[in-house]
Amino acid sequence: MTGIIEVNGLNKVYRGGFEALRNVDLSIRQGEIFALLGPNGAGKTTLISIVCGIVTPSSGQVLADGHDIITDYRAARAKIGLVPQELTTDAFESVWNTVSFSRGLFGKPRNDAHIEKVLRDLSLWDKRDSRILELSGGMKRRVMIAKALSHEPQILFLDEPTAGVDVELRRDMWAMVSGLREAGVTIILTTHYIEEAEAMADRIGVIRRGELILVEDKTALMDKLGQKELRLQLSEPLATLPAAIAQPGLVLSDDGYRLTYTYDSHSEQGSVAALLRQLGEHGIEFTDLQSRQSSLEDIFVSLVHEEAA
Amino acid sequence: MNWHAIRAIYGFEMARTRRTLMQSIASPVISTSLYFVVFGSAIGSRMVEIDGISYGAFIIPGLIMLSLLNESISNASFGIYFPRFSGTIYEVLSAPVSPMEIVMGYVGAAASKSVILGVLILLTARLFVDYHIAHPVWMLTFLVTTALTFSLFGFIIGIWADGFEKLQIVPMMLVTPLTFLGGSFYSINMLPPLWQTITLFNPVVYLISAFRWSFYGVADVAVEVSIIAILGFLLACLVGIYWIFRTGYRLKE
Ligand SMILES: Nc1ncnc2c1ncn2[C@@H]1O[C@H](COP(=O)(O)OP(=O)(O)OP(=O)(O)O)[C@@H](O)[C@H]1O
Ligand SMILES: [Mg+2]
Repeated sequence: MTGIIEVNGLNKVYRGGFEALRNVDLSIRQGEIFALLGPNGAGKTTLISIVCGIVTPSSGQVLADGHDIITDYRAARAKIGLVPQELTTDAFESVWNTVSFSRGLFGKPRNDAHIEKVLRDLSLWDKRDSRILELSGGMKRRVMIAKALSHEPQILFLDEPTAGVDVELRRDMWAMVSGLREAGVTIILTTHYIEEAEAMADRIGVIRRGELILVEDKTALMDKLGQKELRLQLSEPLATLPAAIAQPGLVLSDDGYRLTYTYDSHSEQGSVAALLRQLGEHGIEFTDLQSRQSSLEDIFVSLVHEEAA
Repeated sequence: MNWHAIRAIYGFEMARTRRTLMQSIASPVISTSLYFVVFGSAIGSRMVEIDGISYGAFIIPGLIMLSLLNESISNASFGIYFPRFSGTIYEVLSAPVSPMEIVMGYVGAAASKSVILGVLILLTARLFVDYHIAHPVWMLTFLVTTALTFSLFGFIIGIWADGFEKLQIVPMMLVTPLTFLGGSFYSINMLPPLWQTITLFNPVVYLISAFRWSFYGVADVAVEVSIIAILGFLLACLVGIYWIFRTGYRLKE
């Protein structure tokens, strides 16, 4: 199965010789939400800019819905909407005009009903006649989203859509993104808020120094790399861990009051039950029990560190 | 052809003109009117006729050209430079539009604006000076072609410029002097022979000469020669733009 976006052997060397992308291969599936993660300067924006036609690739090929982005750019670009990372808007235009302009630019006939719907969905309807310079930063960000949606793209790129956006608006955006996905739009987003990728994405790609080091289903990734942790608050402190129950992953805190057991989420079933049984046999009682799964953030940090090492 | 896109860009640029009506239309009309008052009515009455044309009427074509060149260049260069400067160019670059469509939108708008301006100046001149137009169709043709050519030239400058001062340097340092020295206010036949020859290297001479011919039927340079020169500039600008888009010069990383 070929993806709605196919990136093959993509390289980008900026003038001055900086290698921003190295041999990137990526296939985005129709209808998914794909989160591209990576530290600052990793090459996320560069990758998106190439697919959207703003930056020319040094070598490699990109297909959008089967259309080469260079030789068949019209068909390719007509399918794509882009919300760039930087807030760049025409200060003096009204919201309505700037969003209508985008629709025309992408070759779509005028459709006031659609523009109205987009503006209402993004809570911009009341502001339709305001000049953009009169809007707050979060509203400007929404205007840029409205521009990208004005021409009904099948593929939407969101380059850090929630940077500088308050918690409430961020939730709204997540809802909007899910709504778009339900309508069949494929979404590729970058973010530095890992919880965002965790909440929304179907698949995750991690890019580091221009190399795509990992692409994985979110749940598989969290299963595979995720660790589980069990914490036990003991009623009596232990001086040392009895040899009979000592095992890899089990650590006693310095004050002797807490036992922490870390285990792979895909390790054999029953290891926790076995541990609890052993504790009971040795008369070690606990007052509280907590279990927690490591977040995507922990995974991400460990990945990027591992690669850096 | 993505006509919706051309219309969108054209409409956007014309809306910008409407927002800045004072600066873009009123101020060139007013400043040109001042020339008519001073040279046409006040001083002009004391000047001898040139080629049998009263001085006030003689300077009309040159003055229109002066505004036309400056406004075409500054409109078109600003129109494309500003999105580059502010970053909003990303949208045009990511849209399914061809270079030609981008040029048609931006340059078409800048040229339209210049033509409107030229006609307004012409009408205003009527208030101060009496003139007639011998070849109205040619007059309009020259007006439109010149507006188009110099809007293309302005577009190139807007892409070349990497700062606001560069945007102004060409109109100020090149076009204004060449227009003044190109026979706006005098016939080049009034110059000593050596200067006449030197002047022929000034491209603006041909524009003004042909334009004045369309008014009064007299020209410094044979009209045929001027027409060839005008088409030559147009072609040069088209080649320049073709090269810019082929290489992505200053538009894309
Ligand atoms: N126009 C340019 N010329 C030269 N180098 C550039 C240019 N644009 C980006 N780079 C370099 O390419 C690298 C990747 O940049 P890019 O903007 O793609 O990173 P990013 O992953 O989007 O980072 P961030 O999370 O900060 O947005 C960076 O080191 C950057 O300095
Ligand atoms: Mg970025």
